[in-house]
Amino acid sequence: MIIAEAKPLAEVAGLINDAQKILVVGCGGCVTVCLAGGEKETGILAAALRMLRKKEGNPLETVEVTLTRQCDPEYVDMLAKYVTDDIDAIVSLACGVGVQFLAERYPKWVVPALNTKFAGATIEHGVWEERCGLCGECILHKTGGICPVIRCSKSILNGPCGGSQNGKCEVNPETPCAWQLIYDRLKTLGKLDLLLEIQPPKDWSKSRDGGPRKVVREDVRLA
Amino acid sequence: MQDFEPKIVAFCCYYCAYSAADLAGSLRLQYPANIRVIEMPCSGKTDVRVLLEAFEKGADGVYVLGCMEGDCHFLKGNYRAKRRVKQAKKILDEIGIGGERLEMYNLSAAMGPRFAEIAQEFTERIKKLGPSPLNKNYPPPPKEGEGHKGNSTKAGEGE
Ligand code: SF4
Ligand code: SF4
Repeated sequence: MIIAEAKPLAEVAGLINDAQKILVVGCGGCVTVCLAGGEKETGILAAALRMLRKKEGNPLETVEVTLTRQCDPEYVDMLAKYVTDDIDAIVSLACGVGVQFLAERYPKWVVPALNTKFAGATIEHGVWEERCGLCGECILHKTGGICPVIRCSKSILNGPCGGSQNGKCEVNPETPCAWQLIYDRLKTLGKLDLLLEIQPPKDWSKSRDGGPRKVVREDVRLA
Repeated sequence: MQDFEPKIVAFCCYYCAYSAADLAGSLRLQYPANIRVIEMPCSGKTDVRVLLEAFEKGADGVYVLGCMEGDCHFLKGNYRAKRRVKQAKKILDEIGIGGERLEMYNLSAAMGPRFAEIAQEFTERIKKLGPSPLNKNYPPPPKEGEGHKGNSTKAGEGE
């Protein structure tokens, strides 16, 4: 899922300095799971902003809504009845996709309350780690299910580099060397011969290149 | 600030603090009348949002009372409470209300006198700090039902 974390309160407050009434919109998707933008966090942010402004003698009115997801038009549409004329700004607690979707749909000043970090997973309650760099062409079958693009600090495809020591990465001794993990895993699987195959340079045109990527599934399109 | 009588909310765990409060009562111990006690099933019920709401609704100070560490009826509730109090303190600092207006204490059901002592200590602390900045700008705290005009809605489910 997408992992995000809260922007500092002062930063969010600064973005809506001129507003008298705001719509604070949470998202029930990924950011709820990583405890950054669900219903509870939306309530906490709204309360904190109200108190901050009340303290400054410039009270702020808030309306709080949490959508099931902010990255689907049908849910974003459900916000329409809350986006009244007197709303001066919309604060979105979704990933950047949700923020952009709200901004596209409503003619209002929409600001992000979160910093969207990466595609990751829950390591333990309260700890999330990056696992995929969304490179557009997955090679996990060659590496025993361990992603060298993200988990190797240098994203090398023929590893390890010369800096791997005692199973740790030279860039940060806290980080396990991805290529050590790959080696160990392939050894367990009896597939060490996979490492003898030299990987050609990766085709990055499938990644961050040529504008926004699009996935179309003709079989499920409605029109 | 001599005549300032702070409003203080004490969130009390049922298994320790609430019993300690009872004991303090049976022992006829005096403690300041500034404390409004709210019973919780466990201090682990502590929610950052509710702590903030207490301040928003006019509290000058808030504290959470949980069992002694290691003695929680639900094993880890008081450790969780401690972390949430820490988080809420950070937010209160950021807002400029001051994290020192919020505290977490631990005591056992047998500690009636300690209950009274904490009430005393904390009331003194808040008296020294003076009214919450929220109450300074707006002398009358919002009456019941007159709080902020916001509402909380969950859209997208069953609509
Ligand atoms: S190879 Fe690419 S798609 Fe596969 S996990 Fe790594 S970054 Fe993600
Ligand atoms: S030590 Fe391992 S993880 Fe670190 S850069 Fe080298 S190959 Fe990648």
